[in-house]
Amino acid sequence: MREATLWTLHLAAGVVILVFLSIHMGIMHLEDVLTALGTGYRDALGWASVVMRNKQLYFTITYVILLAAALYHGLYGLRNILLELGPGPTAVRVIQGILILLGASLFVLGTIAAIAAYVR
Amino acid sequence: MCQWNEHSGQALSDEIVREVVFRVQRYSPGQDRPVTREYRVPVTRGMTVLDGLHYIRDNLDATLSYRFSCRMGVCGSCGMYINSFPRLACQTQILELNSDLVDVRPMPNYPVVKDLVPDLSQLFAKHREVQPFIIRNEQELEHPTAEFLQKPEELLRYLQFTYCIKCGLCLTACPTVATDPRYLGPQALAQSYRYCADTRDAGAEGRLRIAAGRDGVWRCHLAGACSEACPKGVDPALGIQLLKRLAVLRALSLKKPHSPAPVAGKRTGVERRPGIPQPPPPTVESR
Amino acid sequence: MANGSQTGQIGLRGWVYAGRFGLERYAYTLHRITGLGLLLYFLMHIFVTSSRALGQAAWESVMGFLSHPIFRIGEFLVYVAFAYHALNGVRLILGELGLGLGNPVRPEYPYPIAHRRQRPLFLALMIISGILILAGGWDFFVTKH
Repeated sequence: MREATLWTLHLAAGVVILVFLSIHMGIMHLEDVLTALGTGYRDALGWASVVMRNKQLYFTITYVILLAAALYHGLYGLRNILLELGPGPTAVRVIQGILILLGASLFVLGTIAAIAAYVR
Repeated sequence: MCQWNEHSGQALSDEIVREVVFRVQRYSPGQDRPVTREYRVPVTRGMTVLDGLHYIRDNLDATLSYRFSCRMGVCGSCGMYINSFPRLACQTQILELNSDLVDVRPMPNYPVVKDLVPDLSQLFAKHREVQPFIIRNEQELEHPTAEFLQKPEELLRYLQFTYCIKCGLCLTACPTVATDPRYLGPQALAQSYRYCADTRDAGAEGRLRIAAGRDGVWRCHLAGACSEACPKGVDPALGIQLLKRLAVLRALSLKKPHSPAPVAGKRTGVERRPGIPQPPPPTVESR
Repeated sequence: MANGSQTGQIGLRGWVYAGRFGLERYAYTLHRITGLGLLLYFLMHIFVTSSRALGQAAWESVMGFLSHPIFRIGEFLVYVAFAYHALNGVRLILGELGLGLGNPVRPEYPYPIAHRRQRPLFLALMIISGILILAGGWDFFVTKH
């Protein structure tokens, strides 16, 4: 049932991304809409605004959660796409190994950056 | 049941209403690549693509090869790719295609034996792989004594998946089958669900290990083309999604295996009506 | 073999166009394409946004590089891809758990197709997606940043 569990996690990660990434997209790309609703960040990509979010624990934690969910969801999807091209058993192990390594290292990188930005 | 043209006295089903061009893919073993040949076919009302192929073979080109049997949509032999859609040739009316050109090709995603004849061995191999039979830990299957008790609602939960005629059109439609040679395919997975959902069956765990393994249901992404192509309303896409739900619930331990349908007990309190004779003694030794 | 390989499979073409199928069949193709596009962008995005840990100078240098119009257009396309992928994904999450598909029935012609029951949901989600794309397009290309 391993594959069933991995797949269920893929869906769960999708739901997590749906919530958090929508908020992120809203902050970054729907400035006028959010301002009209009384919230939002002016000049979301400017340094001052970035620092303000970095210093909030809420954003640091949710960014790390979003990072984990998105890496899992995306790399699991890529692994499925690659497996559906019909590779042999060795190629399958290689692909899965590379993707796990890639995912783990990017997660570490992103988390360290988030924590460093929070602490600074 | 015949309708007549009052003027000519000809049966309407004999009246030629249109002439279409059949563009048929031809291939013989040993050729590098397939070619297409065109044939002019006169069409009468009610004529199917299969009838058109018969006409070509009888009158225009006796070397054309194709598979057919029942000519009424129950044997599953004549699956072909007709005007960019997988269909049964015997169930496709030429006039319904509404086109001057009828493009007939063998079903994609299968190797071609000759012309329009596909090699269906992978379809049957995948079907065998999912254990498409009732599995019970009892002597009852080997030495049946009575029927299994199953309510009509329980039957309805899997009935539509029993209508599969193994025509293979669903594998033609499936995008995953196009690239993944190991994917079990909509036909096998729908049959896997048919047996898992059958209350008489107790083999769901073993079947799920195969169907919910790496080459099973998780390779399906709800493109739904299989159900669109199915000529018998089996709706394999539904079967596969229900099988996914079953696998997820089992994996999360949210659903316990059901105990299989019981065998009907001996009838009690029922008398043979007077005047009805007893059956003769058996002439064959039962083991 | 005439169909291209030992197994007769039609290959990658089968993911893209394989016949006159309905919307959901090609929604699958678009979902794949947007998914891959989003993943590619995301992997680069992790590097780009991690630069904020290196201080203001690093951040503003990266942002300056990315302010070129070609990157803005690319980012808008990522936004569009997300709008489609997320909302179609909602339909897929429901469908692939067997929700909203109805129950198995006795097949009587014309045969019902379970995932067609999701068609109204699909269209509603695409309309919402369209609205989000328009709102995003306004923010990307009209609002002065």
